[in-house]
Amino acid sequence: MIATLGLAALWLAAALAALQLLGGLLVLRSAENPLAAVLRGLAAVQGGLVALSFACLIWVFVETDLSVKLVAMNSHSAKPMLFKVAATWGNHEGSMLLWVTIMALGGACVALFERRLPEPAIRATLAAQAFVSIGFYAFLLFASNPFARLNPVPADGQGLNPLLQDPGLAFHPPTLYVGYVGLSIAFSFAVGALLTREVSPAFARAMRPWVLGAWVFLTLGITAGSYWAYYTLGWGGWWFWDPVENASLMPWLAATALLHSVSVLAARNALRAWTVMLGVVAFSMSMVGTFLVRSGVLVSVHAFAVDPLRGQFILALLALNIGAALTVFALRAASVTEGERFAATSRESALVFNNVMLTGVLGIVLVGTLYPLLAEAMGARVSVGPPYFNAAGAIFVVPMLLVLMAGPMLNWRRDRLSRHIRKLAVPAVLLLLIGAAAAAFGVKLLPALGLALGLALIAASLLPLLGRRLRTIKLALWGMALAHLGVAVALIGMASDSAFTREKLIAMQVGQSVEVGPWKVVLKRIDPVAGPNWTALEAGLEASYAGTAAWQLAPQSRSFWTPPQQVNHSALATRWNGQLYAVLGEQTEGGRWQLRLWWKPFVTLIWIGGLLVALGGFLALLGRVASDIRRLVAIDKIADRRKRQER
Amino acid sequence: MSGAVKAKHQRLVLVIVALAALIGAGLLAAWALRSQASYFYLPNEMVSAPPAPDRAVRLGGMVEKGSLKTAADGVTITFVVSDDKSRVPVRFKGIVPDLFKEGSGVVAEGKRAADGTFVADNLLAKHDEKYVPREMKDMTASQARQMGEGVK
Repeated sequence: MIATLGLAALWLAAALAALQLLGGLLVLRSAENPLAAVLRGLAAVQGGLVALSFACLIWVFVETDLSVKLVAMNSHSAKPMLFKVAATWGNHEGSMLLWVTIMALGGACVALFERRLPEPAIRATLAAQAFVSIGFYAFLLFASNPFARLNPVPADGQGLNPLLQDPGLAFHPPTLYVGYVGLSIAFSFAVGALLTREVSPAFARAMRPWVLGAWVFLTLGITAGSYWAYYTLGWGGWWFWDPVENASLMPWLAATALLHSVSVLAARNALRAWTVMLGVVAFSMSMVGTFLVRSGVLVSVHAFAVDPLRGQFILALLALNIGAALTVFALRAASVTEGERFAATSRESALVFNNVMLTGVLGIVLVGTLYPLLAEAMGARVSVGPPYFNAAGAIFVVPMLLVLMAGPMLNWRRDRLSRHIRKLAVPAVLLLLIGAAAAAFGVKLLPALGLALGLALIAASLLPLLGRRLRTIKLALWGMALAHLGVAVALIGMASDSAFTREKLIAMQVGQSVEVGPWKVVLKRIDPVAGPNWTALEAGLEASYAGTAAWQLAPQSRSFWTPPQQVNHSALATRWNGQLYAVLGEQTEGGRWQLRLWWKPFVTLIWIGGLLVALGGFLALLGRVASDIRRLVAIDKIADRRKRQER
Repeated sequence: MSGAVKAKHQRLVLVIVALAALIGAGLLAAWALRSQASYFYLPNEMVSAPPAPDRAVRLGGMVEKGSLKTAADGVTITFVVSDDKSRVPVRFKGIVPDLFKEGSGVVAEGKRAADGTFVADNLLAKHDEKYVPREMKDMTASQARQMGEGVK
């Protein structure tokens, strides 16, 4: 019953999207079309219907309605409630419904709240949004129906992949998806602006909050995913350059570039065609990511669908959307006139540099991710890993970070570097001193560069705030400084992890102890324990840091029974200056247990930095939205007064 | 560059700069890939045309039955990876993946030492029926059958 309702709502929403596209196109021809008046309404109702459909899917998962095939395949009645809810999107069909839900709700928000742009541009944007949505509705309804039924109804479900049975599942996919799909709004804005020839600072100001919002969620999603992989996989690493991770990094890189170029367009009416292009590229990267992850060309824990038909469907969607957008771009780019000029030393130039470097990194990641697939098509089996990505990426990242130290202080249009030399002396000295010290202590090149750049950047990120009265600093400026600070903090964490990590791999008996870095770890006990849907062997470890207070760690080796699978559950002891990471292995000869321990100084800065970046983005968003609202209220007041005077 | 970029064609300059950076990134990527991509070897290929000693590669095959031994330290294991033609000894220090066992497939990441032993830093085993390393997926289809027979 509930499942039928959900499916019906989905079909109805798809029909409304088709109507929205038709209406948008007709209105583009002539504004008198009667559909003009209801276009916004269509988008809003469509959003409501899809949300209803998604709520229905959550409902059948909570109820464990096994007549729904998706529930039977991915859930189990004995699973904790959190995972019953999260299992809704812990599979292919459900995650695509989540995608469509966010897309439709985004469209509804544009329809309901966007008042800064001229009406024709909004209509064109809604038409573009409908065009993209229809493809995904079709994919959902014809190739991945989440509400498909089973007959006869099985006795119980098959359970959720144990690797996914983690609180991370409740948080990481939805945030990442809001980011991925939020970029579709930027995409639609860009296409809408091209169609109506409205590439202007007003367009940039309207688009900016959507880009900021999507980017904040992408940042959070990637940060959360990285921490999840770090503690759940038991390899002690936080980023593997796995194609699935790259799939989320590529839209982030494009969105970061877009975020910076949209500021130039908003403030200075420059980089017009480039910004529109980035709007198209950012969401294209989201779709490329989805294709890579969900088509089955990659084999990973993220690839639920190993159905070639689905891969082809997504590839066709990808080609259609990107192709259509690029066609519109090619037809209209010539009519986007050149923006305002700027000098070689100026804020604009610094941001152009940022954009070119980010695009370079994007190119490196894209090539490194696709190359193994292409090579395989030609018969060679190749894998590309950290040595390639770290080295090739650094060539672009290092110059970008150097320019980042000065860039935010430069004036728009024209500036002289000599004005800022004295301020820049602090980060420059830090950079040289730390770089030299790291080299002297034998730290490898990349970590040494990371430490030096990171610490110098901490100082440099605060420079734009200098000499201003704290109370008059705008929220957006706080946001920028905080986000740049976050980059520095994360960089220090990464460099520290790769330069200073201590590792110990040992087989020990109960009662023995081992030292790793400043820690002394004693194996106290090995006990069997039981959870709601698993049993485990648990090691009781007592760890003391430099002879002080004792931490208790309990790494487990868990055996799930639906589906039957073993999962290592690591244990962490977190101090302000780093984390001790413990993994329990197998029992070996002589009653000894394998233990793997890492002491990772300042590793937590990686994720704290990520959170700071997201928080910076959030502050900027808040500042922009607040000032937009103030402006709208002021405009309304003036309009009211005029009306009264006319009377 | 006193002040403004003087050329009337600032847009052209920007386009050229961006294109140069992108082409540079592409060339750099191609160059780095040539030296850094790690190739996949079957035991037979590893024996007949071994990679250079310091080159990171992947070795995929079946863990030969009866070859798995644990060293005295309790954490170093040695085993033989084989296909129907050749056998390659492998040494690995670490905690083995859950589904790693004799008679099943494995992909080892690492380098070939001078004495012909393959020193692995990482082992990928079949995780569950839903997650199989990509090389192993093909392998199980094409070779595993013969290999399984050979090992039996």
